[in-house]
Amino acid sequence: MKKETGILFVSLGLIALVVGILFGSLGAFQFVYPDFLKEISFVKLRPLHVSLVVAWIFLCAIGGIYYYTNTYCGTKLWSEKIPKIHFWIFMVTGILILCCYFMGKFGGREYWEFPAILSIPIFISWILFGINYFKSAFKKVGNWPVYMWMWATGIVFFFITFSESYLWLLPYFRNNLIRDLTVQWKSGGAMVGSWNMLVYGTAIFVMTRITEDEKIAQSRLAFLMYFLGFANLLFGWAHHIYIVPSAIWVRMISYFISMTELLILGKIIWNWKNSLSDAKRNFHILPVRFIVASDVWVFLNLALALLISVPAINVYTHGTHVTVAHAMGSTIGINTIILLASAFFLITDVTKHEFTISQKKIITMGFWIFNIFLLIFWLCLIAAGIEKGILVIDDKLTFQEIMEKINPILIVFAFSGLGIFVGLIMIISPMLKATYNYLFQKEIKP
Amino acid sequence: MSTQTRRFIFWFLIALFFIHTSLVFTIGTDEDNGKELMTEDAQAGKLLYQKYNCTACHQLYGLGGYMGPDLTNMVSSPGKGEMYARAFLQAGTQRMPNFNLLEDEIKSLVAYLKYVDKTGTSPVKKFEINFDGTITQK
Repeated sequence: MKKETGILFVSLGLIALVVGILFGSLGAFQFVYPDFLKEISFVKLRPLHVSLVVAWIFLCAIGGIYYYTNTYCGTKLWSEKIPKIHFWIFMVTGILILCCYFMGKFGGREYWEFPAILSIPIFISWILFGINYFKSAFKKVGNWPVYMWMWATGIVFFFITFSESYLWLLPYFRNNLIRDLTVQWKSGGAMVGSWNMLVYGTAIFVMTRITEDEKIAQSRLAFLMYFLGFANLLFGWAHHIYIVPSAIWVRMISYFISMTELLILGKIIWNWKNSLSDAKRNFHILPVRFIVASDVWVFLNLALALLISVPAINVYTHGTHVTVAHAMGSTIGINTIILLASAFFLITDVTKHEFTISQKKIITMGFWIFNIFLLIFWLCLIAAGIEKGILVIDDKLTFQEIMEKINPILIVFAFSGLGIFVGLIMIISPMLKATYNYLFQKEIKP
Repeated sequence: MSTQTRRFIFWFLIALFFIHTSLVFTIGTDEDNGKELMTEDAQAGKLLYQKYNCTACHQLYGLGGYMGPDLTNMVSSPGKGEMYARAFLQAGTQRMPNFNLLEDEIKSLVAYLKYVDKTGTSPVKKFEINFDGTITQK
């Protein structure tokens, strides 16, 4: 029986997520108990955690795009071989990167700490992915829905921003710290925007399929929001580097563009009533439940992002745990929850597996545990960050004094990370069981 | 919104992006107050900073990890300085592993930190808040 390659990406992504969150939880405990697990230092645990979670986002998004393009977008994949080659390049490169981290072989930059040579297979696989997507998408008759525009944008801009992130290899960039940091965060910030395009496109696709209303993806409002998000991807990154002494206009453009996200926040509040009644009606459908939760997290994280984009607030929160709350809230609360919705949709669509009542109960319990502990985790980071910001700027305490003061909050943060891990296991286990049965051709017992 | 309008907006934003990027790569980041300190030793130190993944725990300009302190102005901080940095690099601490660095590596890392220190200030502790939400460093 021919196996769907999309599901291979998604199941590998789910495994990467579980292991990535495990490493993150261990790292959090090292943060508060420095003697914990001395065998794997934090220097190794952090990149292990970050790279695996980033791998999850890409694997699940890419798997979905391959499957949805081939099945639902009114076109067929130009090549069915390329996804398989892409998968194996991803797998082998991923294993090599993990080995480098375990052996303490670094040399790269924050978030891409592996030796630079390992970026070459990533470039190659992305080019293959892009060629396949565009060759397939251009065969489609009629207008592209907004999610196809978003996937196309995400694919092109990941390639551009990933290339930018390696400009440090040139002395012109590397030997001027101000230029180097600015370009690093320009590429990093826009790269997050590019994977958000892949993920949000997936969310709109899933909602379009569930509601069977293609108009959602062709509406004027959907495209206005897409272009607003695109402008933020291109020019909104400098709120990460307000204190880096680059030219003032670099930071001012970003400040202005970041504030346009108020329009997105306004739209969420405006639509809240309608969304709530839709959510109540469809809450029993697993993917819908996750999309609804991601809406709440979008609201919370967007509000936080807007606040920390104001320079007068940013000066207190920059370099504190508030920034971590922003990053974790977005990658776990928004990206992961949307991608879990997509994973549920894709796995049930491909395997035709129906979750049993007891499995659904476990998933529901996991859903609530995951979200409640994520909220505690997020609030702890904000509280620790605000306290740190005040202690640094106003009270001018030393690093050691600050760490002692915020340690009780970080202990709660570390334990809530464990709660997130437990919730996630409960959500993912039934999915992995279904994919295992499908991939290894076992009969699915209802 | 017609397909033509969508395409126009898309390509207009792309054109702005390339103009903006070329300006950021040149005049937007031209100032470097410490460039005379970016010696060969300091350049080697920068690569060592990456080789040992110092960014996992430390920050420069508030960018990086949270396990250890921001190192931007460490070599000029009262009560710290070059010898303080050397001591940490040689022996590590309860939180920081001993990387068994060679003398040359320590020298290069310290040279890099001296360069970083000259480029600016982090965290910013003296500032005025303006009416539009921006700040002016004192």
